[in-house]
Amino acid sequence: MEYLFKIFRYDPLKDEHPYFEDYSFETKEKKSLLEALMEIRNEQDSTLAFRYSCREAICGSCAMVINGNFDMACRTELQKLGSSQIVIEPLPNLEIQKDLVVDMEPFWQALSQIKPYIFPGEKMQEQGHRIEEKEMEKIFQYINCIMCGCCYSVCPVVSRDERYLGAAALAKLYRFVKDPRDKRPFSSLSGVNTEGGVWGCDTVFRCNEVCPKEVRPADGIEALRRKLVVEKIKRIFRFGR
Amino acid sequence: MISQDILVVGGGLAGLAAALSCDPNLKVAVVSKVHPLRSHSVAAQGGINAALGNSPDGRDDSWERHAFDTIKGSDYLADQDIAELMCQKAVSAIYELEYLGVPFSRFPGGVIAQRPFGGAGFPRTCYAADRTGLVILHTLFEQSIRKQVKFFNEWLVTKLIVKDGKCLGVVVYDLATGQIVPVRARAVIFTTGGYGRVYSRTTNAYINHGSGIGIAYKAGVPLRDMEFVQFHPTSLFGKNILITEGARGEGGYLVNNKGKRFLEDYAPSAMELAPRDIVARSIQTEIDKGNGFDNQYIHLDLRHIGEEKIKKRLPGIREICINFAAIDPVDTPIPIQPAQHYSMGGIDVNAKCASLVEGFFAAGECACVGVHGANRLGGNSLLDTVVFGKISGEEASIYVKGSEETNNSEKFLLEEALEVKARIEEWEKRSSGVRVHRLLEELKVVMSENVGIFRKKKDLTEALEKISELKEDYKRVYLYGKCLRYSQELVNILEFDSMLDLAEVITLGALKREETRGSHYRLDFKERNDENWLKHTLVTCKEGKPQISYSGVNISKYKPEERKY
Ligand SMILES: Cc1cc2nc3c(=O)[nH]c(=O)nc-3n(C[C@H](O)[C@H](O)[C@H](O)COP(=O)(O)OP(=O)(O)OC[C@H]3O[C@@H](n4cnc5c(N)ncnc54)[C@H](O)[C@@H]3O)c2cc1C
Ligand code: SF4
Ligand code: SF4
Ligand code: FES
Repeated sequence: MEYLFKIFRYDPLKDEHPYFEDYSFETKEKKSLLEALMEIRNEQDSTLAFRYSCREAICGSCAMVINGNFDMACRTELQKLGSSQIVIEPLPNLEIQKDLVVDMEPFWQALSQIKPYIFPGEKMQEQGHRIEEKEMEKIFQYINCIMCGCCYSVCPVVSRDERYLGAAALAKLYRFVKDPRDKRPFSSLSGVNTEGGVWGCDTVFRCNEVCPKEVRPADGIEALRRKLVVEKIKRIFRFGR
Repeated sequence: MISQDILVVGGGLAGLAAALSCDPNLKVAVVSKVHPLRSHSVAAQGGINAALGNSPDGRDDSWERHAFDTIKGSDYLADQDIAELMCQKAVSAIYELEYLGVPFSRFPGGVIAQRPFGGAGFPRTCYAADRTGLVILHTLFEQSIRKQVKFFNEWLVTKLIVKDGKCLGVVVYDLATGQIVPVRARAVIFTTGGYGRVYSRTTNAYINHGSGIGIAYKAGVPLRDMEFVQFHPTSLFGKNILITEGARGEGGYLVNNKGKRFLEDYAPSAMELAPRDIVARSIQTEIDKGNGFDNQYIHLDLRHIGEEKIKKRLPGIREICINFAAIDPVDTPIPIQPAQHYSMGGIDVNAKCASLVEGFFAAGECACVGVHGANRLGGNSLLDTVVFGKISGEEASIYVKGSEETNNSEKFLLEEALEVKARIEEWEKRSSGVRVHRLLEELKVVMSENVGIFRKKKDLTEALEKISELKEDYKRVYLYGKCLRYSQELVNILEFDSMLDLAEVITLGALKREETRGSHYRLDFKERNDENWLKHTLVTCKEGKPQISYSGVNISKYKPEERKY
């Protein structure tokens, strides 16, 4: 099978504008898109830049836009794309460093802002916390996240409001809020009780659609909203009495 | 010039554990060729060992039993005092991880769940379904955010700078800018992981070139026991993505083309849960005998485990099978074959993770502290990374606080960086020569065919010749893409230098070791020979050539006996 790759190229230090470069690629075997990109780089153009590491969709390196869809290059099989023309673009909403390599810094910054670590409360217990599996299961959906950035990059709110933290960071926050071991004071959620936080989301769920790990991060955003509202009502009620 | 008290090289589990345990009053930074969460540790699946005794079948477990299993599993090449140290610290290490937020799976009653693993007398492997590496790495990264650890990501270390037996820092290639920069550090800790990509079939990430081990070797630090290369029994056929031992721990069968659970011929009592070296050889033997499918793979059958348990305990495996092999293990057996998986050997360090070079430490898979000997047990590597990662950070801190700062090292560091730069300019200037990916392909084939699961003198000698030819070819390598920013080609050229050295050291050690022990199986010397070979191999780089020597194994409690499973 012969493919025509149209790959987004841009070196901000050299090029005035981004452009697409064509590469033809032939293969008889089943190949992943990542393997194809590596071969193109090796055999045709070794200035082509992209990220990768694990090749098994667990490290989160290789997210890109493939024929208009967000996905991990390593788990995308060429044959399954159903087209001999393959258009590859970097994740949008992030600055281009070179070609398909984007600056993930805003994404990591957003993550840092939500205090993405457990507030363990009491001192370390000798035997660890005792928690039933069904309690832990409530966060399993969220711990599947590989921090690939697809949800962040697809988000219309991220693109228009630089304050907005994005789905992955908020879902991570919910992962801790829901963790029976976490003793985060409710007041610490005030940072996301804002337009840059959970109220910024337009709930159209583009993030849920693109997530390669089925995290459904917007579920976490909605749950945080509910929690904030319920808590607020509780407070009003308490003060009212 | 960037200057640190302690520089940790590597952002995997060992690196993050090291950085988090450094004295907070010191200036500490982590350098990594990829963002920490992209490190190979994230792919670890099955779990981490500690004798918690939580399983109903594991009440009598103890750290001593764990140490015994580790030592027996190592085919008695582990240093017993160090294996004991690790197993003793295991229990508190797990509880600490749990306290820091690792979402371990649970048993009824809420205690951390434990599953059986190969070579272990009791169910001892703590896990979070089959994404244990992911959750531990993310947790330690989260702790690094809490503690505001400084990271320099996408920096490739290319050289360790040593003067008069003392470590002064490193030279790095900064991928984002294309610059070569020296970094001064009073102590350097390497946690650079394994070298799986020296082999064609490997479970390791693409980035696992093992350059850290090679860089230390070039700087004069001895490498220990490098001939011991672990081949994992069960990697997905073709892609070689790992299918965790946990799949057998949960009850999976290995079946040949006659429908037989053939391990009854090789390890009748432990069956599928014999140590990895034994299971991997059994599988390869079956395939070689014509009992495989298409003469290439055998089946890992999980069907009888049932959909519910597969979905709960092995969701990642199921996802891998669906994504990468288009099969669902709930109703189809998984085609598997052995593949390179882990490096028992590495940078020679003592119980403090300190090397021969003052101020230079190493931990995790790149190091050989002596716990895995000739064969590592599943679940012991993650343990190694967190236990010795932590020790390395603590010890490096003690060292820095007790040592004098070397003055006027800057000039020397700059010169060393210039030397690296000059080499790169040379590659850049050439308009023809050999391309590095071709050399890498050739090296992988030699290592897989000649220095694989089964070894013999002729193959090993041939491999050494081939490696020295490749070393010659490497002198003519050139940079085809003339842009140094984010140049994976440059990364590959720089790291290939190390890969050649590693291949040479592995092969030389394997050739000299005329016995069979653990993962090292010699067709021409099929027995273990304690009289002559119960010793560690040490290889040191002297004027560019490997020099081999041997050192004793610490044997305290457990007398070497025959390994039967
Ligand atoms: C698929 C798979 C599954 C596994 N499952 C288990 C399991 O269930 N249980 C278990 O105990 N063990 C398991 N192992 C083994 C275990 O995961 C690894 O041995 C361990 O994670 C290694 O950790 P590390 O921190 O030493 O190295 P890594 O996680 O590999 O990290 C190395 C780091 O060093 C950096 N680096 C490397 N070279 C350089 C350089 N030159 N300059 C700068 N940075 C550099 C990399 O960027 C990376 O951050 C598994 C291994 C594999 C391959
Ligand atoms: S649902 Fe919210 S977070 Fe998700 S893409 Fe839409 S706006 Fe962004
Ligand atoms: S939630 Fe999904 S899309 Fe977003 S970073 Fe995590 S894995 Fe990627
Ligand atoms: S290479 Fe790791 S997710 Fe694709």
